[in-house]
Amino acid sequence: MNLDEILKDAERDFAAVSTLPVLDQVKARYLGKSGAVTERMKSLGALPVEERKAMGARVNQLKDHIEGLLRERREAIQNAELARQLAAESLDVTLPGRGEPPGGLHPVTRTLARIEQLFASIGFVVADGPEIETDFYNFTALNIPDNHPARAMHDTFYLDGGRLLRTHTSPVQVHFMQGHPPPIRIIAPGRVYRCDSDVTHTPMFHQVEGLWVDESASFADLKGVLADFMGRFFERDNLPVRFRPSFFPFTEPSAEMDIGCVICEGAGCRVCSQTGWLEVLGCGMVHPNVFGHVGIDAERFQGFAFGLGVERLAMLRYGVDDLRLFFENDLRFLKQFA
Amino acid sequence: MQFSEAWLRSLVDPDLNTQQLGHLLTMAGLEVEAIEAVAPVFSGVVVAEILKAEKHPNADRLQVCQVATGGDEPLTIVCGAINARAGLKTACALVGATLPGDFAIRQAKVRGVESFGMLCSARELGVADAADGILELPADAPVGADLRDWLDLDDRLITLKLTPNRGDCLSLLGLARETAALTSLPMADIEYAPVPADIADVHPVEISDTAACPAYHGRVIRDIDTSARTPVWMVRRLERSGLRPIHPVVDVTNYVLLELGQPMHAFDLSRLRGPVRARMARAGEAVKLLNEQEVRLDSDELVIADDTGPLALAGIMGGLGSAVGNDSRDLFLEAAHFSPDAIVGRARRHGLSTDSAHRFERGVDPELPRRAIERATRLILEICGGRAGPVVAVGAGAPARADIPFRPARARRILGFDLDDAAMIAMLERLGMVCVADGDAYRVTAPSHRFDLVREIDLIEEIARIHGYDAIPATPLRGAHVMLPVPEGARSPLMLKQAMAARGYQEVVTYSFVPEELDRDFRNEGAVLPLLNPIASQLGVMRGGLIGGLVQTLRHNLNHGQERLKAFEVGRAFLSSEADGQPTRLAVLAYGPVHPEQWGEPARVVDFFDLRADIESLARPRELTLRRAEHPALHPGQSAQVLIDGEPAGWLGALHPRLALKYGLARAPVVAELDLEVLVRGHCPRYRALPRFPAVRRDIAMVVDAGTAVGDMLDAVMASKPTFLARISCFDLYQGEGVESGKKSLAFNMLLQHTEKTLTESEIDSTVAEVVALLANKYKATLRN
Repeated sequence: MNLDEILKDAERDFAAVSTLPVLDQVKARYLGKSGAVTERMKSLGALPVEERKAMGARVNQLKDHIEGLLRERREAIQNAELARQLAAESLDVTLPGRGEPPGGLHPVTRTLARIEQLFASIGFVVADGPEIETDFYNFTALNIPDNHPARAMHDTFYLDGGRLLRTHTSPVQVHFMQGHPPPIRIIAPGRVYRCDSDVTHTPMFHQVEGLWVDESASFADLKGVLADFMGRFFERDNLPVRFRPSFFPFTEPSAEMDIGCVICEGAGCRVCSQTGWLEVLGCGMVHPNVFGHVGIDAERFQGFAFGLGVERLAMLRYGVDDLRLFFENDLRFLKQFA
Repeated sequence: MQFSEAWLRSLVDPDLNTQQLGHLLTMAGLEVEAIEAVAPVFSGVVVAEILKAEKHPNADRLQVCQVATGGDEPLTIVCGAINARAGLKTACALVGATLPGDFAIRQAKVRGVESFGMLCSARELGVADAADGILELPADAPVGADLRDWLDLDDRLITLKLTPNRGDCLSLLGLARETAALTSLPMADIEYAPVPADIADVHPVEISDTAACPAYHGRVIRDIDTSARTPVWMVRRLERSGLRPIHPVVDVTNYVLLELGQPMHAFDLSRLRGPVRARMARAGEAVKLLNEQEVRLDSDELVIADDTGPLALAGIMGGLGSAVGNDSRDLFLEAAHFSPDAIVGRARRHGLSTDSAHRFERGVDPELPRRAIERATRLILEICGGRAGPVVAVGAGAPARADIPFRPARARRILGFDLDDAAMIAMLERLGMVCVADGDAYRVTAPSHRFDLVREIDLIEEIARIHGYDAIPATPLRGAHVMLPVPEGARSPLMLKQAMAARGYQEVVTYSFVPEELDRDFRNEGAVLPLLNPIASQLGVMRGGLIGGLVQTLRHNLNHGQERLKAFEVGRAFLSSEADGQPTRLAVLAYGPVHPEQWGEPARVVDFFDLRADIESLARPRELTLRRAEHPALHPGQSAQVLIDGEPAGWLGALHPRLALKYGLARAPVVAELDLEVLVRGHCPRYRALPRFPAVRRDIAMVVDAGTAVGDMLDAVMASKPTFLARISCFDLYQGEGVESGKKSLAFNMLLQHTEKTLTESEIDSTVAEVVALLANKYKATLRN
């Protein structure tokens, strides 16, 4: 067989192969120990010197050629096998994923997290206090003496032994100030309880109390901080706000804070009772009597406190129109806040 | 409090429309809740008199009336009202008039008779919801007068939501005073000049508790006209304040209450026996009140009494027995000052809420009784006639009030902006205060009606209010910014909640109060804590744990079409009413298929070990272990106490099948309740050098009694500290063919490690043998082939 025939055979043999193991067998037929090309290599030694060089070059050329053919063929087979594998492994990628979808947070938690984050950004830390309270912390220390008409406004739940369910988060102010000298910047989120239940009241709801006490925190600062907060909470740069004189025994001067209705943009709607304003928060300068109850010198220190209803803000923020949904725990409701 | 805008404007009339007036009051702290027109818009309606009413020739139910309307000739008007009769003064809509609802009145032929207008009912004019016939006006109504003007129907009702500190504004006088101060306008005078006595009759008054009743002014009025009627103007003002006319004398006392804010009472003099005494009740005494309610009294209640016993609950409500009636001729009029402490809370105790108690609880100007008794006497004499005796005034009156020191610099510091001294003093003076300079400060005397002004801070609030809260600048955030501590070893409750949500759990918030029976079923610690005044029995006691609420949530959602629930709640459990008996817990419940129904996973019901994995993940990197223990709400064979790094942290288990059945659940959910205080503790990582030599893994299978706890075996192995053993875990559990019944086969995987060299085969074998021997000794475990 001459070299050209060997090459031709190799070309034919390789082209007939479709798997790598067979390709290796066929390869052996040419390049193996006793393969046709190897045999030719071996037989070179028998040639006369003058022919050997030329023939050696030709056999080497043949070897390179066959190795090239082999590489090409190997690649082609690998590609074909990969293509087969890919075709076989093709998925319906539109099928849903496996396992458990995530759950979610309650809208009150979501709202509280937002409130906490905003106040944390200006240095407020979170404080906590008990929910079954004494009369002292819920009323007396907050300058609400026995028989004060303000007590009637609170609709208190009572337990044995003169204990009661806190009607607001304000008692946390008292606990905190008893244990920490000023400067103080805290917010106190939590559950509060009032003996009241109808379309717009649930006997339990959430409040956030805030307190800032140092040597100069003023009414003007109160306005600045709370106006900022509401604008940030609702993500409105020019949210209208107003402060109206009001009365809370534990602050003086006291104010109710209104924001421009975020539902109708102030045009007047059912949510704002056609006034264009929403009452969102009560606040004021800490009353000297409260400082007196916790042993803080009211001549040296001053500050402000505020209390806001979390469900109220959540309803306005997310457009929820029924307070009671927050405590029915219907998944169809809760899932909307995941 | 509801009042008539026109009445207020008769005392002070600022150049503001109704909306502006409302805004002024709201922004001064007297919140306007509602403004309502007395009558809807209509025009062309006049006072008319029916001169003649004859049957309509073509209709049984109609009459043809000749009506005087102030024009030259009477008008012919067809009317269907049964009360249309000659001589009646009524309302007539003339041709061209517009009635509410844009209803135009035209000349029209009614059953063949031309009609030139319409006689109107109160309903047609929109001033009442229903009417029996056409409006009946008093005989002195001036024919031809515009009805709106004559009945003052352009008036508006303003409702205020007053805060409890502003009792001084519970009267027209108070509101006018406030409005005048806010607008710097003068106020009209109210006539309370003394009415001279016509007769010498007096009725004796005694006060036995001068703290509760510092002053009592009384006066006899004899021979009133029993046929007198309350005048229209007064009825209108009473009605527009939400009061019904009752009797001319009672109406006058109510009128004075509204006008001045002084509650008064009129006794029928003939019913009084002996002196009128203001004294504390004797326990067990009773009095029948004007509303016919019989109340039993306690010794802390102030009464007005005579020789026969209590006549009235002082400052709250008069008694039925001594009340003025239609045949009363002689009166004893009372205007007294009662201290708030003597009144507050008493009305509510008897389920009463009266205008009088409302005012006395908040405080009434102690200077008012002397004025009010003159004002009321004058009005009674005008309306009912009669002859008045001299005023008997007993008691020294309210104690004098101390001056209030006021430092303008302090006001500036509290309010946070500059306002000069003179401006502040001018504001205080507008409110009726007398300010006397005293060095850098002032001594301020508050007017008698402002009993809420006691301290300097009260005056600072007044300055803020009069200046206008909106006019106080809002300061941008200032102050030293100190970076807050961020303890790396603590996880926030929010992080834990997010971790639960990421593992598929939905957060819920349930009420902290639950039905008592539920609490008894689920409570593991502490005694039941009942509310004394629950809003409903199913919200009657404070929860002793959170699992009961999750079971209720599960039921609610199963009833609303869900098949599975994975939920958690963070909140307090109430073990006692002490501050340290209210731990915050994180409770978890899982029920139904472990995953939502899906193509790629075989369906399986969630179980104990699913939940275990979830709470292990929550506790990580701290180590969670379980110790078999019983809990009243959990399956005794599937319940465990949870330990985190060895510290008790709560419970994990399947709900007791008895409770699952009781609460209507097809199967028992798995639940856990953990102490948040333990969960939030994390740790700051501490690097350890990586082992420089390879670890070796060896697996063994051992057969033990089925009841042997794997956790105990693992603990025992680790406690014995076998040489080179770094870790051991159980990776397979098998019972069935090839394993004797009553036994189980456990496969353990051991990781062996030497820190300084590669282990030799013999070292490895001896460690494995050590473990096998230990388990054989302690648990009768045998190596399985």
